[in-house]
Amino acid sequence: MTSTALFDEPGPKARRRIRIATVLGTLAAVALAALAVRQFAANGQLDAARWQPYATWPMWRYLLDGLWSTFLAAVVSAALSMALGLLLALGRLSPRRWVRLPAAGYVEVVRTIPALLLVYVVLFALPRYGMDLPLFWKLVVPLTVSNAAAFAEIFRAGINAIERGQTEAGLAVGLTRFQTMRLIVLPQAASRVLPSIVSQSVGLLKDTSLGFIVSYGELLYSGKVLAAYNHLVIQTYLVVALIYLVVNASLSKLARTLEARRPALPARRPARA
Amino acid sequence: MSVLLEHLPELWQGLVVTFQLTAGSFAGAAVLGVLVCALRVSPVRVLRALGTAYVETFQNLPLLVLLVLAFFGLPEIGVQAGLLVTAVVVIAVYEGAYVGEALRSGVNAVSKGQGEAARAIGLTFGQSLRHVILPQALRTVVQPLGNIFIMTTMNTALAAAVGVVDLTAAANRVNLVEAQPIPIFVGAGTAYALIAASAGFVTGRLERRLVILR
Repeated sequence: MTSTALFDEPGPKARRRIRIATVLGTLAAVALAALAVRQFAANGQLDAARWQPYATWPMWRYLLDGLWSTFLAAVVSAALSMALGLLLALGRLSPRRWVRLPAAGYVEVVRTIPALLLVYVVLFALPRYGMDLPLFWKLVVPLTVSNAAAFAEIFRAGINAIERGQTEAGLAVGLTRFQTMRLIVLPQAASRVLPSIVSQSVGLLKDTSLGFIVSYGELLYSGKVLAAYNHLVIQTYLVVALIYLVVNASLSKLARTLEARRPALPARRPARA
Repeated sequence: MSVLLEHLPELWQGLVVTFQLTAGSFAGAAVLGVLVCALRVSPVRVLRALGTAYVETFQNLPLLVLLVLAFFGLPEIGVQAGLLVTAVVVIAVYEGAYVGEALRSGVNAVSKGQGEAARAIGLTFGQSLRHVILPQALRTVVQPLGNIFIMTTMNTALAAAVGVVDLTAAANRVNLVEAQPIPIFVGAGTAYALIAASAGFVTGRLERRLVILR
């Protein structure tokens, strides 16, 4: 049963309505699926010959190679943008204005610029100034620049969520500010923001599909190449979508599991009966 | 700077398309989001499963994959519309999942006692929704919805990757002609930042007006 404020336990009348809605919902879902299958069949896209290639290993191997490149770009970019994001978060919380303002400016501006625009900058603007990066970095650099801002906000929220008493206690036993941050605040903040980090990483993995523009051979671009070669456009892109779905859904599931296992927050207010 | 002024008509046209994409797809996402949220909080298991499947599918697929699938794949099964319409529909479907989740978290944030109290004093389902649940739920989702709006604005840029000439595509074209990347891309970036800043300003004001201190 849902735990919302909307419904009580259903009585006999409500149960009848639920049964009716179940039947109607199932019918609607089946009708939608049938419509899709009909569209595919009417245009000859259901022919066995058009799906046969995806029952063979070479096609899958090509796409899985693409998936590997996707992972590589995502992992490198995630590591770099987390490091940069942590620096930015610490900078934004610094007591010194000349550190705080640039960090805040970077985060606030970059958060609102589309990743594709950054990709275009790296593709078309930097070469004019003699910075023609290798293909891999043409994808990783813009993703890092844009995701660092997102990670910075996650870390800042996590650090802010740690009670002030923790910092004060650290300072009271004679640790420096830096030691307090490193030994006391950050470990607690890190475990608290872990779910957000995983879901932001899913977002980053989705962003690597911009390799399509950069011509870096990640999963979506591999799909493009494959579709141009075997002329199975919709089949190829559906398989690509399916791979993305499986990978990202597993990662999202991991984020939810981590969230559920997260140590309970100390109660701020005594619970009322 | 003069590059921007010389090509103002093209860039302005691109900005208008970006506005159209944003407005159209956010409106569509709002409608779909309400629908998905209704499915996900309903007491009917099949409907809940449909809502969950929708959210899981569209939150876990990259928008660019959906756009590519819609622009190059769907015509093969006889589904085709204009460039702008296709882009608006795809982005709306994608963002609809996020709006739905934001709304659902708002509904879930209303404490159970509120609904029980509403029913106890004899309000019907519609009345308790209108007078008790929704006013409280909507207040908590102003900020998340504002963030989704900003995300939508930024995501409309991906339409440039499949051939819609929005601000990003216009800036890129002007740059290919003029080869003066810094003023052009900084100009386009500023336009996006301004849209996001005004959205943030509006939601901030709205939230301060609507927020209830408990």
